[in-house]
Amino acid sequence: MNRETISPDFKFAETVESLGPFETEACFQCKKCTNGCPVTFAMDIYPDEIVRRVILGQRESILKCRTIWVCSACETCTTRCPNSVKIAELMDCLKEMALKENIPCPQPQILSLHEIFLNSVTKRGRVAETVFLTTYLIRSGQLVQKFKDGTWQQEAKLGWKLFSKGRSPLFSHKIKEREAVRRILTRTREGKEKP
Amino acid sequence: MRAAYYPGCSLQGTAKDYDDSVRGICKNLGIQLDEISDWNCCGATAAHSIHHSAAIELAARNLHLAAKMPHRDMLVPCPMCYNRLMTATSVLKAAPDKNDPSKRSSSTPKIWDLANFFASEPVLETVVKNIKYPLNGLKVVCYYGCMASRPPEITRASDFENPQSLDRIVHQLGATAMDWPYKTDCCGATQVLSRRDMVLKLIKPLLIWPGRWELKRLWCRVKCVRPTWICFKKQWVRRWGYRFPCRFIIFLSSSGWPLGKNR
Repeated sequence: MNRETISPDFKFAETVESLGPFETEACFQCKKCTNGCPVTFAMDIYPDEIVRRVILGQRESILKCRTIWVCSACETCTTRCPNSVKIAELMDCLKEMALKENIPCPQPQILSLHEIFLNSVTKRGRVAETVFLTTYLIRSGQLVQKFKDGTWQQEAKLGWKLFSKGRSPLFSHKIKEREAVRRILTRTREGKEKP
Repeated sequence: MRAAYYPGCSLQGTAKDYDDSVRGICKNLGIQLDEISDWNCCGATAAHSIHHSAAIELAARNLHLAAKMPHRDMLVPCPMCYNRLMTATSVLKAAPDKNDPSKRSSSTPKIWDLANFFASEPVLETVVKNIKYPLNGLKVVCYYGCMASRPPEITRASDFENPQSLDRIVHQLGATAMDWPYKTDCCGATQVLSRRDMVLKLIKPLLIWPGRWELKRLWCRVKCVRPTWICFKKQWVRRWGYRFPCRFIIFLSSSGWPLGKNR
């Protein structure tokens, strides 16, 4: 059997916990989180392994993995953990860390969805779904893909259906205190203004 | 009865029909909804995924606006918004802003998930009094989804693995709610645009199960299975080669029917 030898870095867990707390140290590897997780089929590292790797300081493997991005944040793991490890919240924290360290996201379409969503909130204070959806389809390259494989008509039909039922308004509401919302969104975790 | 109302962004867009039924039914039941003025987006999945502080502060701004209102209850129809507002409440309670007393959340109205609000004793009594056309003989399964029940320390739900609020409403309306195992299973709504293949896999068991009893209706909250299903119905039927026999009903639009609306 081929075993990988690793050298643990316990400082990493401390850094992560300082952003939490997530109670990672309380994990006794019962794997209840993984067993209840509905999206393990799309993951490369299972949730219980993520917790273990945080404890052992396997920084690179965690921040590069697909798992943190495909997590659907359904909170089943956090709810069922017998030791109250906040696994779903930990996934969010790791995503933010990966972004901060400019680690390329293995699921760029998921990241761009989040970014376009937050841009929309920054501009209007609320999400204008019509604009947001179209921007996402264009920027993620899905629209080009759909043109190529001929499925764009389905998308167009869906858009028309929503529009004709008044569920896809062309003009979106902007809130009055947009500046306050913009400030919240442009501030980083440490309270500094983002460039 | 009066309640503060936080509709959320979706209810002004793709879930407009849900907003219409909430307002219509509340009007019918004599519940006056006062929309929080100048509310902002709660941040939803995007904010809590990649911008933790904004996720709390965006929701907190809404809580401060709600605290300025005289209402004791606040109605939140979208489960995601409900979850984010509850999370912010618990964070603010744990670490209140000492510099700014106005930011303390003591005067914030009680935040209600819509299903729980309608299943609460006084409101349910009003509903029962107003029933004109009971749903006798109708069998349904109720789908709750994740966000209104999990995690329990945030949502304060005691029946988070087997919620009962929709079942109670269904029962009072005269229909039978069947027991089924997928009440709170994830439908993958957060990935519906970015990873449609994942959602497809997650949603399939939810749709096959009701068919086993030849059920014709699946009651659910908006923003969960229903919008996804309605939008991609045809594509999926083609892909699976299987037609699903059940219709989706957002619990409110069908509650409007026994109450004499949209008949």
